[in-house]
Amino acid sequence: MMDEPRSETEAATSPVAAPLAIEVAQSAPQAPGTREVVFDLNDVNVYYGNSLAVAGVTLEIYAKQITALIGPSGCGKSTILRSLNRMNDSVSIFRLTGSCTYHGNDLYASGVDPVEVRRRIGMVFQRPNPFPKSIYDNIAWAPRLLGMKDGLDERVERALRGAALWDEVKDRLKTSALGMSGGQQQRLCIARSIAIEPDVLLLDEPCSALDPISTGAIEDLMHELKTQYTLVIVTHNMQQAARVAERTAFFSLDVQEGRRTGVLVEYDDTANLFTRPSDKRTEDYVTGRFG
Amino acid sequence: MAAIDHTRPLTPTGNLRRRRATDRFMRYGCTLAAAMAVALLIWVVFSIVQRGASAISWSFLTQNAPTTFGVSAVGGGIGNAIIGTAMMVAVATAIALPFGLLIAVFLTEFASPRVAGSIRLALDLLYGLPSIVIALFLYGLLVVGNGQAGVYVSFALAIIMMPLIARTTSESLLLVPKELRDASHALGISRWRTTIGIVIPGALGGVITGTILAVARAGGETAPVLLLSSLANTSTTSFSIFSQPLNNIPYDIFNFSEEGGAANIARAWGAALVMIFFVLVLNLVARTLQSRRNRRMMSR
Repeated sequence: MMDEPRSETEAATSPVAAPLAIEVAQSAPQAPGTREVVFDLNDVNVYYGNSLAVAGVTLEIYAKQITALIGPSGCGKSTILRSLNRMNDSVSIFRLTGSCTYHGNDLYASGVDPVEVRRRIGMVFQRPNPFPKSIYDNIAWAPRLLGMKDGLDERVERALRGAALWDEVKDRLKTSALGMSGGQQQRLCIARSIAIEPDVLLLDEPCSALDPISTGAIEDLMHELKTQYTLVIVTHNMQQAARVAERTAFFSLDVQEGRRTGVLVEYDDTANLFTRPSDKRTEDYVTGRFG
Repeated sequence: MAAIDHTRPLTPTGNLRRRRATDRFMRYGCTLAAAMAVALLIWVVFSIVQRGASAISWSFLTQNAPTTFGVSAVGGGIGNAIIGTAMMVAVATAIALPFGLLIAVFLTEFASPRVAGSIRLALDLLYGLPSIVIALFLYGLLVVGNGQAGVYVSFALAIIMMPLIARTTSESLLLVPKELRDASHALGISRWRTTIGIVIPGALGGVITGTILAVARAGGETAPVLLLSSLANTSTTSFSIFSQPLNNIPYDIFNFSEEGGAANIARAWGAALVMIFFVLVLNLVARTLQSRRNRRMMSR
């Protein structure tokens, strides 16, 4: 039987721009309309060259929550995730149509600086990718370059505490990050991302390369992180989505005339998606009839 | 056709005996060819050592050639030639390394695949130019009506070294995993900063190895020296690389062997020995660094 998502209380306000009404702390998923919208996707299509990879995605992602993107392989979850912080720019044949806004600002408008976008919307990748530097330098490198030179030691400690890593590494900050275990390296990557105080953290299957114990530690961490950051996570693991996410979006593949296109099938509060799915495809997936 | 009995003992059937003989013949042939290559290297090095070792001495390495040659000429060394060659190669490296590095960065980080392909082709063609052609080009450009200078040799050597450094650096940059670049971009760091702070430090080993190999290649080039720095005073030590031709090892080899006489011939061999000693040492150092890096990457 699926677990109920843990009840959560929302933080009072977001520290970043967009002054909106103060969130009311609630113990159950809120009614739409009272939540601050961070990302607003409207009929987003993603093309790689001439082939349509993901079609007609419309969804809103809310602040200080965990939103999960689930679905079988190849249906565009990671593509959509990477589109949220312009990480797909490095693919030359990538093209996005439709509207994709962040706090009301179009992410793909012509004047937008992708470097600034990624400054505010960070990403943690599937395989831990620490820099070949010391633990301290991994965390301090980006803040230094971004001009946050004061209080670097405190910033590093805050980031490591925020990633539940401080106690394990506080005595060996100057040793190489590559000497840590996989779970520790992934938490280091999370610490590295939050050290620059982003608004949003995108996580692309962050636990798929880790053992179950490290996975549990990172899921606990995510519950802590969502009080300060908005999290969007792509996961292959349905149970993980059920464990951590308030809202879940189910993607699937639409096969027509030999062409395969990813589509957003259903997007709802996690409890509803898993227990009372509206679409038969969702029901088939969450009950394990295909995957 | 008669049914094959698959329970027979597993000795060769059909034409397997002949095929096995062919296989053995080919394997021995390849091994023999490889052994001959190694033997050839040993033979060449041994000959040079044998003929040149007698001339090697501290005074040989530090003194200059005598002012007058003659049947009774005594003493004489390649001191100024070593300094001249070292200076010209050093200046060439100072030119070729930054250029090669920047070109490699452009090729791997910023160029579109089509542009990158054209530039790689241009670099390969540049590298394939005979050194005498490069030397003649610079001769017509800089020496005619002007006079020789050691730095012109540096230009020629830099033209030879730069494609090599660009190519090995570019390969090292490509070996830096994409995940590291992704991680840096996801932190809101610009591409250029990512290149300087993450990619180039990650490729540093390959850059060093490539530079050492390029130095080994350039140090032995003779054609540029013949056209661009052959009129130096062989008996004085000069450091005026920018205004004067400098004496150098290839020219001393030529000079000593032209003068003739057993002692001078031995000195020519001695100079050749010094030259290949540095080439071999540099190559071995580069290979050792490379294999150490490979071993570390395997164990990662």
